[in-house]
Amino acid sequence: MLQIKNLHAGVEDKKILKGVNLEVKAGEIHAIMGPNGSGKSTLSAVISGNENFEVSQGSVTFLNEDILELDPEERAHKGVFLSFQYPVEIPGVSVTNFIKTAINETRKAKGLEDMPASEMLKLIKSKADLLEIDRKFLSRSLNEGFSGGEKKRNEIFQMAMLDPKLAILDETDSGLDIDALKIVANGVNKLKSKDNAVIIITHYQRLLDYIVPDFVHVLIDGKIVKSGAKELAYELEEKGYDWIKEELV
Amino acid sequence: MSLKSKLVSSYLAFDDHLDDNSPIHDIRKKAIDTFEEKGFPTKKEEDWKYTSLNAIINKDYSIASKGDKKIKYEKVREYFLHDIDSYKVVFIDGVFSSFLSETSHDGLDVCLLSSVLSKEKYKAIIEAYYNKIASKDSITSLNTAFAKEGAYINIPNNKEVDKPIEIINFSTGNETALMMQPRNLIIVGENAHVQIIERHQSLSNNAVFTNSVTEIFAEKRAYLDFYKIQNDKENASLIDNTFIHQEQDTNCNVHTFSLGGKITRNNLNFSQNGEHSDSTLKGVTILKDKQHVDHNTLVNHISPNCESHQDYKGLYADSSTGVFNGRVIVEKQAQKINAFQQNNNILIDDNATVNAKPQLEIFADDVKCSHGCTIGQFDEDALFYIRSRGIGLKEAQALLMYAFANTVLETVKIPELKRRINNLIAEKIGVNIGFDI
Repeated sequence: MLQIKNLHAGVEDKKILKGVNLEVKAGEIHAIMGPNGSGKSTLSAVISGNENFEVSQGSVTFLNEDILELDPEERAHKGVFLSFQYPVEIPGVSVTNFIKTAINETRKAKGLEDMPASEMLKLIKSKADLLEIDRKFLSRSLNEGFSGGEKKRNEIFQMAMLDPKLAILDETDSGLDIDALKIVANGVNKLKSKDNAVIIITHYQRLLDYIVPDFVHVLIDGKIVKSGAKELAYELEEKGYDWIKEELV
Repeated sequence: MSLKSKLVSSYLAFDDHLDDNSPIHDIRKKAIDTFEEKGFPTKKEEDWKYTSLNAIINKDYSIASKGDKKIKYEKVREYFLHDIDSYKVVFIDGVFSSFLSETSHDGLDVCLLSSVLSKEKYKAIIEAYYNKIASKDSITSLNTAFAKEGAYINIPNNKEVDKPIEIINFSTGNETALMMQPRNLIIVGENAHVQIIERHQSLSNNAVFTNSVTEIFAEKRAYLDFYKIQNDKENASLIDNTFIHQEQDTNCNVHTFSLGGKITRNNLNFSQNGEHSDSTLKGVTILKDKQHVDHNTLVNHISPNCESHQDYKGLYADSSTGVFNGRVIVEKQAQKINAFQQNNNILIDDNATVNAKPQLEIFADDVKCSHGCTIGQFDEDALFYIRSRGIGLKEAQALLMYAFANTVLETVKIPELKRRINNLIAEKIGVNIGFDI
């Protein structure tokens, strides 16, 4: 589904990703772990098309198509979704209106008519229930005044609504208490199928207790330096990242 | 001949037609003297630093229309709130159109200023209210000198007006260039409640220069919602001078939607003369091409325990220019005042300009005043966030613009009007993303 080859990217003169290779197949869950500043969020931003980052080398192929030249919305239309580490507050636009617009714009891009209002309502209700989201929450301004946990839950709600092929969860566990974490993880697990894939970006192994990865990758200084099964996450939790750095030397 | 000379010399002829015994004869005379002495304001005056009238006062305007022009309702239907019932006071090229209007003397006065100025029974009203709060500056004086027509609205005590009142000034383009000076007098009685919508609308691309003055008196516990829709044609310019006098426990709200026209200058003045009064001044400005809008607001807090809220949002494309000059005065005796002022602007293109100048003059020591002003571009992070959900760049920008304007729109209390303005905004932005805000 997703192939990343020798990806180099950065901001202005600063190189952040220095040759990332990664392959994600349908049905898989990958976790990318690494210390602060290793390039985890940059990787997710580059995959989803953030223009603040410049790709200097390498390729990102999604469903057999090079997507590096595509706009963020075009990538979204193809099924890429990024759950933001820091969701942006947009006062004046309600959660419901935002997601309705997102769904209908995506349908428009695919040559489909707007989703009928009744169907939309049903969909919103079922996904809100899945993530135990209160109705009142849906009429609030997008992310405005939301707690950290509410923001992350709202991200997963949007993911559930848009039903992407590839979901990248960037630090979705940060700011979540254990109950919210369980709800979010349960939501992700229910949405998981053999046809879609998830990349979880995280500092900690905590979320991986609930969303069990097939592969764990360690990103250090812009490169994936080690890959393994889920046990690698426990090892990282226990021993930190220094031993890997030492191995590298 | 300059427009000023033309106006001053025409005044003599104009005055000849008027009744010498009219109570406002002296007022007019004084006003033309003031205008003759001061002339049109120039950029040398601090208050007009960012707005030049040169481009509009160099034309040869007809200063009295031949009038009597009929227009078909179908042609102007879109400018009315036609889906709901309303009172209407409509002028065509400055002349009252009884055909398009729906006035009333039944339990309230929604009628013409000309009859008030000429009829004996209104003498006391004129003496008590006319030209009492209008400024004596040159541009307002110019209107005072020539004013003879406009809307007269008088809501008796305790009357809650059942439907909105629309004041619409059409110009037909019958003249190559027309100058109009409408004058409105509005009295909202004690505990009365009224909603008014004002619009100046040119129906051609000929030059129009409107210098309008509106005096509004809100008696104790009165409630007023006033909406100004400024979406005029490319050669239509407007100087709107509005003066609001609030007695105690009054609530007066003015929303100004500036979406078109060549040069628009809004002089909006509030004076709070009684305790526990609340004034709201809000505006959405969306401009393109070389359009120019100047919001010059003044809130004068004279009495204690009052509030004022200002919220002006501006979106400027192409080479359009905007000015926000917001002045708040809190006089020494006006303790416990809450005065808030917010002015946020987004420059959509590099050639657009905004000059913002908040001025707070506080002489009392126990007050809460704040002002905030921003001039910026679209938030890149917000755009990326929206686009990552499958919403295209143009739609994402539109969504941010809708959201931006929403704090002003949310307090529009006539749903039909809100819907119209929403559509107008969508049209200005060039995208309809298909939801109401």
